[in-house]
Amino acid sequence: MTQLALVIDLNVCVGCHACVTSCKQWNTSGWAGPLVDKNPYDAEPTGTFFNRVQTFEVGTFPLTETVHFPKSCLHCEDPPCVPVCPTGASYKRPDNGVVLVDYDKCIGCKYCSWACPYGAREIDEQQRVMKKCTLCIDRIIDLALPERERKPACVLACPTSARLFGDVHDPNSEVSVAIRERGGYQLMPEWGTRPSNHYLPRRRTALHINEDELVRADNPLRREDLTTYTGEEALDDVAW
Amino acid sequence: MSDPMPSSEGETGRVEVKETTCYMCACRCGIRVHLRDGQIRYIEGNPDHPLNQGVICAKGSSGIMKQYSPGRLTQPLLRKPGALRGEGAFEAISWAQAFDLLGERLRKIRAEDPKRFGLFTGRDQMQALTGLFAKQFGTPNYAAHGGFCSVNMAAGLIYTIGGSFWEFGGPDLDRAKLFVMIGTAEDHHSNPLKIAISKFKRRGGRFVSINPIRTGYSAIADEWVPIKPGTDGALLLAIIHQILKQGLFDRDFLVQYTNAAELVVDEPSADDHGLFRRFEIHAEEGCFDPENKLWWDPEIGAVGTHTPGAEPRLLGSYTLDDGTHVKPAFQLLKERVDAYTPEWAAGITGIPADTIRRLAHEMGVTARDQKIELPIPWTDCWDNEHASVTGNPVAFHAMRGMAAHSNGFQTIRALGILMTILGTIDRPGGFRHKAPFPRPIPPCPKPPHGPEGVQPDTPLDGMPLGWPAKPEDLFVDEAGEPVRIDKAFSWEHPLAVHGLMHNVITNAWRGDPYRLDTLLLFMANMAWNSSMNTVEVRKMLADKDDNGEYKIPFLVVCDAFASETVAFADLVLPDTTYLERHDVLSMLDRPISEFDGPVDSVRIPVLPPTGQCKPFQEVLIELGSRLGLPAFVKEDGSRKYRDYPDFIINYETSPGSGIGYLAGWRGKGGEKFLKGEPNPRQWEMYANNGCFYHHELPRSYQYMRNWNKGYLHWARAHGMTRYAEPITLNLYSEVLQRFRLAAQGKRVGRQPPDRLRKRIDTYFDPLPFYYEPLEARLTDTQRYPLNALTQRPMAMYHSWDSQNAWLRQIHSHNYLFVNPRVGVANGFDDGDWIWVESPYGKVRCMCRFSEAVEPGTVWTWNAIGKAAGAWGLGAGADEARKGFLLNHLIGEELPPTECGEHVSNSDPVTGQAAWFDVRVRVYKAGPQEPKISSPQFATMPRLPGQDRRRGRWQAYVAGLFTKK
Amino acid sequence: MHPALSVIFLTTLIGAGQGLFLALYTGQVYALANLLPAQGAGFYVGGSLIALALLVGGLIASFFHLGRPERAWRAATRWRTSWLSREVLVLPLVMALVAAYGLAHYLGWTAPLFSLAGTLPITPTLIIGLFGTLAVFALFLCTAMIYAAVPFLEEWHSPLTVANFTLFGIASGFLLAAGYSAWLGNQLVAFFGTWGVIATLLALVTRLGALARNRSLARGKGRKSTVQSAIGVRHSAVVQKAQGATGGSFNTREFFHGRSPGTLKVLRNLFLLLVFVLPVALVALGYVLESATLPLAAFAVQYLGLLIERWYFFAEATHPQNLYYSGVS
Ligand SMILES: Nc1nc2c(c(=O)[nH]1)N[C@H]1C(S)=C(S)[C@@H](COP(=O)(O)OP(=O)(O)OC[C@H]3O[C@@H](n4cnc5c(=O)[nH]c(N)nc54)[C@H](O)[C@@H]3O)O[C@H]1N2
Ligand SMILES: Nc1nc2c(c(=O)[nH]1)N[C@H]1C(S)=C(S)[C@@H](COP(=O)(O)OP(=O)(O)OC[C@H]3O[C@@H](n4cnc5c(=O)[nH]c(N)nc54)[C@H](O)[C@@H]3O)O[C@H]1N2
Ligand code: SF4
Ligand code: SF4
Ligand code: SF4
Ligand code: SF4
Ligand code: SF4
Ligand SMILES: [Mo]
Repeated sequence: MTQLALVIDLNVCVGCHACVTSCKQWNTSGWAGPLVDKNPYDAEPTGTFFNRVQTFEVGTFPLTETVHFPKSCLHCEDPPCVPVCPTGASYKRPDNGVVLVDYDKCIGCKYCSWACPYGAREIDEQQRVMKKCTLCIDRIIDLALPERERKPACVLACPTSARLFGDVHDPNSEVSVAIRERGGYQLMPEWGTRPSNHYLPRRRTALHINEDELVRADNPLRREDLTTYTGEEALDDVAW
Repeated sequence: MSDPMPSSEGETGRVEVKETTCYMCACRCGIRVHLRDGQIRYIEGNPDHPLNQGVICAKGSSGIMKQYSPGRLTQPLLRKPGALRGEGAFEAISWAQAFDLLGERLRKIRAEDPKRFGLFTGRDQMQALTGLFAKQFGTPNYAAHGGFCSVNMAAGLIYTIGGSFWEFGGPDLDRAKLFVMIGTAEDHHSNPLKIAISKFKRRGGRFVSINPIRTGYSAIADEWVPIKPGTDGALLLAIIHQILKQGLFDRDFLVQYTNAAELVVDEPSADDHGLFRRFEIHAEEGCFDPENKLWWDPEIGAVGTHTPGAEPRLLGSYTLDDGTHVKPAFQLLKERVDAYTPEWAAGITGIPADTIRRLAHEMGVTARDQKIELPIPWTDCWDNEHASVTGNPVAFHAMRGMAAHSNGFQTIRALGILMTILGTIDRPGGFRHKAPFPRPIPPCPKPPHGPEGVQPDTPLDGMPLGWPAKPEDLFVDEAGEPVRIDKAFSWEHPLAVHGLMHNVITNAWRGDPYRLDTLLLFMANMAWNSSMNTVEVRKMLADKDDNGEYKIPFLVVCDAFASETVAFADLVLPDTTYLERHDVLSMLDRPISEFDGPVDSVRIPVLPPTGQCKPFQEVLIELGSRLGLPAFVKEDGSRKYRDYPDFIINYETSPGSGIGYLAGWRGKGGEKFLKGEPNPRQWEMYANNGCFYHHELPRSYQYMRNWNKGYLHWARAHGMTRYAEPITLNLYSEVLQRFRLAAQGKRVGRQPPDRLRKRIDTYFDPLPFYYEPLEARLTDTQRYPLNALTQRPMAMYHSWDSQNAWLRQIHSHNYLFVNPRVGVANGFDDGDWIWVESPYGKVRCMCRFSEAVEPGTVWTWNAIGKAAGAWGLGAGADEARKGFLLNHLIGEELPPTECGEHVSNSDPVTGQAAWFDVRVRVYKAGPQEPKISSPQFATMPRLPGQDRRRGRWQAYVAGLFTKK
Repeated sequence: MHPALSVIFLTTLIGAGQGLFLALYTGQVYALANLLPAQGAGFYVGGSLIALALLVGGLIASFFHLGRPERAWRAATRWRTSWLSREVLVLPLVMALVAAYGLAHYLGWTAPLFSLAGTLPITPTLIIGLFGTLAVFALFLCTAMIYAAVPFLEEWHSPLTVANFTLFGIASGFLLAAGYSAWLGNQLVAFFGTWGVIATLLALVTRLGALARNRSLARGKGRKSTVQSAIGVRHSAVVQKAQGATGGSFNTREFFHGRSPGTLKVLRNLFLLLVFVLPVALVALGYVLESATLPLAAFAVQYLGLLIERWYFFAEATHPQNLYYSGVS
């Protein structure tokens, strides 16, 4: 069975929010839209977004890491948001594992959002139905799109290619290889939700220089006259 | 739509895709705009574009909300009679009225005293046209944003290596092994840099970031080196010290390609002290450095540089036959950095000496031991054939963290020298130029040399902006005082190659050196985030003299949005958005070239203009034609160009030069590039190619371009440079020494006014040195112990994205980030309201504790705070109530010194605005104080033509705001 | 969690309605067994109508919780997996049975159909009431399980939640029955009052148990998720700085109550007073004074207290999603 998902590489994510607004623009005019905004030009502007980029600080100065952390629906393999839905509006597609909401069935009871430990669902306060990342279902299965573009908007936008997209059940897919080789992990594994989206951790490249690498025979300083003879007496001048 | 087996996008409506170039920022990525029934549905990156390769950023993805923003201006506006400036009371007028009004006024100024017209532009990308207009008009008072932006970076490196970062060159991360980024938060090369850094990291490259703050790019660095602001000079000089001491420099590179081995006169009492010793040759005069200097070969003694077989010394002290003492420039550098030990720098920068040494070793050893060799044959200017191109894979990138300090020029010189001694210039894995760079050191254009260059009804005699090489190139009067309103190219800021826009309003208001009549601001928010001392500058804009006339009599603002500055205008010209106009990102200005060759691009309208909006380009061409400026009219004085697209196709820099704004598809049928006759179908050809033109150079022309004979001749043949002479790297800057000698009274010719002699003598040091930023030396740093910085948020462009409903949700207001230690020491807690105070003003804001900032630094996101009511926002918007602007704390002038009462708060060499020098203290706001930011300003009203206030809800679907 | 008024009213109103029905039915059973004086049909009809009114009130409140009430019927479809769906099914059933119970009394279907064990006459009302009772308990379970079944809300994810919802419903229903009886002036006041007090005291035990449990959860003990597991970074000092939206989002509105710890403490003490101390005191006092109004007051006070209790129930629950929404800049 196919399970489509995103793999997010925290090693290169710079927190630019490209995935946030590209998602918004694709989806607001698409199948999942509109994604409304409240107080768009006033105090406390707020709106429906499927993807948010957050920032965490790890450690204390000067040993601080700043972690940019994008998060959208993780398309759990065992999605707790689905069984709680009283209407069946929330469902997981059997063919590709994408978790979706059918807006025509949703009654906006928000119960599914309580049942998502990741805070990945956002109600559309104007349409009054629950929304969330669709994994850009209307792109990834649109065969009219050229193959290159049959990917989520956020993935195509991401300037650092920190967002990989593919089938995590196919052991040879780019995402599975990345998870395997780069220590990909799931969020809050303690709940047994088995998120399909994975995160790749930071890696650090260090350089070790040995003392002997600093002094070498070809040191260019040896090609200069480092001392100049200005006529003063030396051992050479003493003859026995 | 119950089950999402969606119909394909193509079936939902009439869908089309148009390509153009983004301008949500100055990066200029290629975009594809998807339209559904003529309305924007989606904007994506153009995968075929060399710059962004299909990706797009947060701003680019929010172009829709810019297009439909209620902050947009849609009609020309005239200040209501009787209404005061700053009140924002306007009436709509027609373009015909606007042109009559402005045309008449400008005609009169031009006939009387053209310099009383000032044209200053912000973050635009059309300086080739605005500059042309100013020159043709005859006013010297023209500049773009460079002076308050990063001119130190441009000048510091261009005067050293003939190119720079910023839009002129960059790090070759495809091949680098070690990447050191200094003082960069986002920069212009926004998407390309992100693409490159992530690839670099994936390849296992090592990334070090030197920055007081760890956010953005620094977040993913392998090592963060927190540095005290303004002290990079000390760090770099100590690194150079260590590299020289360990012998980790690239000796062959220094000898062949730099002036390291060239002999400098070392006779402190002589008039030519510190100049290169030159022999007479018959050389064509030009703006290049003739090869008439000497090396010292231990066998032969003094020989001409590049004498075949000569083996020059880099170190030592020698005596020429005529008894003159000389030293190789490198020896002088070594002497200079002798005292700059890592221990010394540790005390200044806050970086442990061991770390400094380790960084130096990492750079030196990587450069030496990880050499890259590419099998690309090339020929140098001395006709040596090389079988391969080699490189030392240590790359740097630096931006305003170094530039925006008053010691930035010399600090950046130090960086240029570090990159040079590591042997990384225009070589694989190091720094690489982008066309039209490298250019001669300094480049050829020069400003007029004196007041006589400005004459009524006559174009300016010289370029408004240029590159002085000696005191005679300055733009000063008999007394050595400035001719320009911003005092650029005067002894106060001799190498102010981008002007000093940040002082224009203050100077014009004070009448120092004179008053302006009409000031035209294009795309610059000078009443807000691009001014220092904003509260006072706003007062100056609205200030009147005794007879009731405004001190700046007529203010014209061309903007696309209801910015803070618009409120102060007498005449407002509504510009189009980037989706509504033609534009060129031209080789004559700052193109989008790649390392592998020149690239330029265009914008082609995707949508018709909104309301009465008119592209500023059309305004300039109309005005130029009306005023009869020679470049815009035929012999008989009649209009020469129908419109801007017509101008772009047919304009040539001089009749028949074959050089125009666009480099691609020149020649009658589009068969030529860079140089060639106008091509009537040029726009079409750009349109068919994704709106860009990319000329990839032969591989053998892609490296070592300062000395690559093939490349230099190619560049000359295609009109990119005037000379095919080698561009020797200026480890030692004779240009600076010329100014210094003048200040010391040792040089015949122009002399600085006495009050500035010491200043010139000090800062025009031909070798880099470290000094504490000027502000800190004139401020009580006990009272103001902290440095205050701003950083660009990746999801906002300066002030202009608060009108964007999507982007403003990411940053609707800002906090002052402080290290928790600062909070504890000053008795406030995370989230508290605090005061930030500098000698120039104070601001109340909220604070946020952060472990990712050096404890001597506080910072905030730049330009998030807004004046109430501006940008189409409600008066209670977060931007105005909770957001704040740091600019209120930054002085545009220094406290009085012996140099003068009103010297700009800028780098003494280049006039670069010293934004990041400001010193502050912080303390908790009182419990009774209102929980809103301070200062507050009167609410700007909605302007005629601006959209109605949008409601509480906004739901956008492909051009429609549904109420679904 | 952000306490939603609609849900507060829904759960407290139907709880009281269910409890009242249970009280009526218990009264009938006792009367049949001659342990209590028998009441006329009017008593049951009136009581059922009150219970029905409370249930309907709760139902109406629940509609305010839905974004799309017009589609509420769809909520009945997923009873296999969703406690909410089950509640949606059982609530009308309870309402129907309560109505039927009242109607049966009204129609006087009190003739025994047969006798159980020869002594207990089984009437149609008794059978309907039995089904009603089963349905009421099923509804208590469904309602409570909506909260108790979500593992992420650890404060709620406990049998104590079911016990509390059930006992609070019974307590308030019996107190209402006592008040109703006192108001009518019949002799059942003491019976209902006593059982009301017993249920209240039992609820006190379970609620204090829940409070104690939640207090230790609040101290982080036994919390399953931490900011470390939320983002997968193992380090003792991880602090969120930005959540990607400075003006808030659904996640900050739905899952945070936004009140200070001080306010919370005051409200907790208030509900302990109103739900437990005062009603018991008022019932006791009413017993001593043989007051006709004090039992009613006891119910009113307790109901008010339950509104606060339910508010507090939401406020004290911390959702793991909050780990992603705990810092703005
Ligand atoms: N404190 C502090 N201040 C700073 C800086 C800092 O780091 N710290 N940075 C400085 C730097 S580097 C720079 S470059 C300046 C930038 O300063 P500015 O160049 O003034 O940049 P913006 O704020 O973007 O303002 C440009 C104006 O252009 C308008 N505009 C946008 N699009 C269009 C268009 O298509 N046509 C027209 N006609 N107008 C348009 C906007 O509405 C806005 O009013 O800020 C400087 N100010
Ligand atoms: N998204 C976005 N992109 C932009 C812009 C924008 O507004 N938004 N503006 C564009 C413009 S006009 C410009 S000029 C560029 C500027 O691009 P950057 O130079 O990247 O801009 P700044 O945000 O000013 O970044 C300055 C950095 O230097 C650091 N810094 C400050 N002082 C020092 C110091 O003394 N030493 C060191 N080592 N570091 C220091 C600051 O912490 C900060 O990280 O960005 C361009 N790109
Ligand atoms: S992340 Fe949340 S909404 Fe998405 S599938 Fe998992 S539980 Fe459901
Ligand atoms: S809000 Fe909609 S999708 Fe979520 S549980 Fe309720 S009906 Fe299902
Ligand atoms: S996959 Fe699509 S819907 Fe999901 S976050 Fe990315 S762009 Fe948004
Ligand atoms: S677009 Fe990519 S780099 Fe930018 S925030 Fe999203 S994941 Fe990170
Ligand atoms: S980097 Fe600048 S030009 Fe490129 S997509 Fe973003 S806003 Fe547009
Ligand atoms: Mo800038």
